[in-house]
Amino acid sequence: MTPGMLIANDLACERGERLLFKNLGFELENGEALLVRGGNGRGKTSLLRILCGLSAPAAGVVRWRGEPINQAQEQYGREMSYLGHANGIKDDLTPVENLRLAAALGGRDLDMATATTALEQVGLSRCMDIPARVLSFGQRRRVALAGLMTAGALLWILDEPLTGLDVNGVAMVEQMIRDHVVAGGMVIVTTHQPLALDGLTQKTLSVGD
Amino acid sequence: MLKFFFTVIRRDVLLAARRRGDWLTAQFFFVMVVSMFPLGVGPEPTMLRTIGPGVVWVAALLASLLSLDRLFADDYRDGTLEQMLLSPYPTSLLTLGKAIAHWIINGIPLLVIAPVLGIQFNLPNEALWMLVLSLAIGTPILSLLGSIGAALTLGLRGGGVLVTLLILPLYVPALIFGAGAVEGILSGTGSEAQLSLLGAFLMMSLLLAPWVSAMALRVSVE
Repeated sequence: MTPGMLIANDLACERGERLLFKNLGFELENGEALLVRGGNGRGKTSLLRILCGLSAPAAGVVRWRGEPINQAQEQYGREMSYLGHANGIKDDLTPVENLRLAAALGGRDLDMATATTALEQVGLSRCMDIPARVLSFGQRRRVALAGLMTAGALLWILDEPLTGLDVNGVAMVEQMIRDHVVAGGMVIVTTHQPLALDGLTQKTLSVGD
Repeated sequence: MLKFFFTVIRRDVLLAARRRGDWLTAQFFFVMVVSMFPLGVGPEPTMLRTIGPGVVWVAALLASLLSLDRLFADDYRDGTLEQMLLSPYPTSLLTLGKAIAHWIINGIPLLVIAPVLGIQFNLPNEALWMLVLSLAIGTPILSLLGSIGAALTLGLRGGGVLVTLLILPLYVPALIFGAGAVEGILSGTGSEAQLSLLGAFLMMSLLLAPWVSAMALRVSVE
């Protein structure tokens, strides 16, 4: 059996001398989704931040294609997209500028047409040329989701992607995740809302029981 | 990689251009502080000439500090900093780019204003030129060293005051050699030595500051 693309071994996390979880491990292959479950304050966000490389685990190691992620920052940075609690968009820029700037910082070229199409897909065709400052909370979330789509990453790490989205938005995210996984991508997601991902190869991980 | 570096600079300059109010605060502060001295000390020409270079330099330090706490804080708040840290490029390139952008936004305007303010202190022409030259070498040092302080205090309450306490001592060599260079012209002893030392200090900050500030940033974001 070949080792998985993303492997986490024996992860432990401490926050302020309190142990959130330990001995946490999983493997993720192409075309699989991982649902991270756990109540408030159990360390879901901490786990995702460890997985994307923003925090260091108290113990254990995360490997991407066999390499520890802190040694493969360049490759991992290209192949992984993270959507956290904050949307990562600038209020003073328009949605299109935000997408193109984020792409340039990730080392990709994003032309106007692709950015516009992505924004239309997330239902923002009417708000392309106004600063993100005047967008609603849910609309900003949609801009971040459009950024996720244009990033073309293999692994998506999504922390509560459904926050602030309406019913259509939730359906859209479910469809995005489904399409991505069916196309061979990987998704790690936490959410408190029910997420309909039937028909996908799903794994579940419980944090901090 | 070079493209990433230039994108970081272009991004920060663009954002500053969209928020001119924030940007102008530091410049006005600089003008105000320098202009207070002739009013407070009195119009004695020789006295003003003696304190002039030091006053302009101290005001430049303070103006640079004033805008430092926003260097990473805004990006931290809206999550763009996380995204940039996750980009496939070294973090020190990010901190170097942001420090240089800070210099372009806050340092270069000081170079333009400084000679005008120098006239208030009765500085002769050569001294005015030397003031601009010493600030041109010195202000990038302020931005580079300042980025360390901004990264260290990121996300802390009262970070702005803490930056001042942490970083002002590090600014002392730049202040001594920068003001000293102008002093050298005034007293006729020449200023090559001070300028060379200031240049050496700039090189050292250019080499070390982005790297230290990248490490501090990683710790602060965690």
